Amino acid sequence: MEPVLDNLDLYVSGFWRSLEIVLWAAAGSLALGILLAAFRVSPVPVLQRLGALYVATIRNTPLTIVLFFFAFGVPAAFGVTWDFFALGTVGLVVYTAAFVCESVRSGVNAVDAGQAEAARALGLTFRQNLSLVVLPQALRTVVPPTGSVIIAMIKNSAVVGAIGVSGDLFSAYRRMASALGYERLPSIAGTAVGFLVMTLTAGAILMVVERRMAVSR
Amino acid sequence: MSAPTPVLFDELGPRGRRRVRVATGVAAVLIAAVVVAAVLRLHERGQFDAALWAPLLDPRTEEFPLVWQRLGRGAAWTVVLGAAAMVLSLVIGVVIAVARLSLPTAGRIPLIGVVELLRGLPVVVTILLVSVALPAVGWDSGPQWALVIGLTLYNCVIISEILRAGVLAVPRGQVEAGSAVGLTRGQVMRGIQLPQAFRSMLPALISQLVVILKDTALGAVVLTGLDDLARQGLQLRTVLNNGLQTLLVVAVIYIAINLVIGRLAVVLERRLSRSRSTSPEVEEAEQAVRA
Repeated sequence: MEPVLDNLDLYVSGFWRSLEIVLWAAAGSLALGILLAAFRVSPVPVLQRLGALYVATIRNTPLTIVLFFFAFGVPAAFGVTWDFFALGTVGLVVYTAAFVCESVRSGVNAVDAGQAEAARALGLTFRQNLSLVVLPQALRTVVPPTGSVIIAMIKNSAVVGAIGVSGDLFSAYRRMASALGYERLPSIAGTAVGFLVMTLTAGAILMVVERRMAVSR
Repeated sequence: MSAPTPVLFDELGPRGRRRVRVATGVAAVLIAAVVVAAVLRLHERGQFDAALWAPLLDPRTEEFPLVWQRLGRGAAWTVVLGAAAMVLSLVIGVVIAVARLSLPTAGRIPLIGVVELLRGLPVVVTILLVSVALPAVGWDSGPQWALVIGLTLYNCVIISEILRAGVLAVPRGQVEAGSAVGLTRGQVMRGIQLPQAFRSMLPALISQLVVILKDTALGAVVLTGLDDLARQGLQLRTVLNNGLQTLLVVAVIYIAINLVIGRLAVVLERRLSRSRSTSPEVEEAEQAVRA
């Protein structure tokens, strides 16, 4: 572990860089995923099908291929000149959004039909029905699975780093093992610890949030 | 799910139907606009040139057989590596699940620690760790085993969690009935609890198996010397100089393999569900785990 401690700043700055990827990707995939879920529960058939097609395609494609696509396919084909930090984050958003969409959709569908019917019977409008009755209940069922999706996304962000973002946790390992010539095992262990800090913290936060919501039921 | 959710709105009246029609039109126009813009952009940059597609799609070119030979070998490797990791993960997953359910509390704690550790690590890091650690302990395993073992370490833990939830969801009466007719605890587990857990958790297990197959592609990122589909795609891309086209074809192959697994799952489920009656507890546990 000594080589890691000697170069701790390399790992610490890598940690912040990785966290940056995670935060951008979380915001993006939640936004896109919720939009797709809205498509899938909307009464408009075109949008339903678009959402379904998106989910079926992305869920069956390996993340690696999606990211390669954004790293090696998109820039040349569309003439995009972003760096891989941006492209990789977009790839991660595109991938994760499919899973967010599914967890949100199943949450909305899990709300008992009688609830919305009762609201309609009382004369609430569509908007009141959605904002006062359905969504508050859906939110509770949606949070735990969506949280798990986000934690999985944190782990997947390692792949973005592994493919080639500079200055993140994974490139800290690369620098240690090649340029600085340290042993590979402790170098990768340092990276592993960095990711564990992120995933275990996120898991703990999720647990607290879940407990809060369970009480307010 | 193509039928509109009945929860959110009534059967639509004439006004609502008109609004849906308008929305459909607007959405269709918007989608078409995006597609057209993308196609124009690609066209402008020459991405539809025959030269880029022909090696992949035109059997008359001289590259075509070579390209598909490599893609075929890649797909075969992906299936072999995936299958190996699936079998190992299932076997070890069962062992861990049973151990966690039957060990006394003190024995369970280190096991839980290991489970949490493996669950918290990104698979790609686990694979890299294994590939570095195996030679360090004197087994020059090669990238194939490093990938399979790395995938197994991560997924056996997930599978054990799925099965554990399934076993816990089996109604107590089943276990009591087993003990009442004189079965030992091991026999109850093997003959009554595990089979039911397997059956009720089949959907979650299958989606985890699809995850394993997809994750074999991670080998191409951190290991050298693999021959799987992702690696072949990467190499072909440099040779043919057509990233977009090659990776699209590779993605389609992965999707096809996964759809086949999904099909098999449906068949298997239908077979098993002949005598199945899903209790609400089982369904609840299933949902919790799939999350």
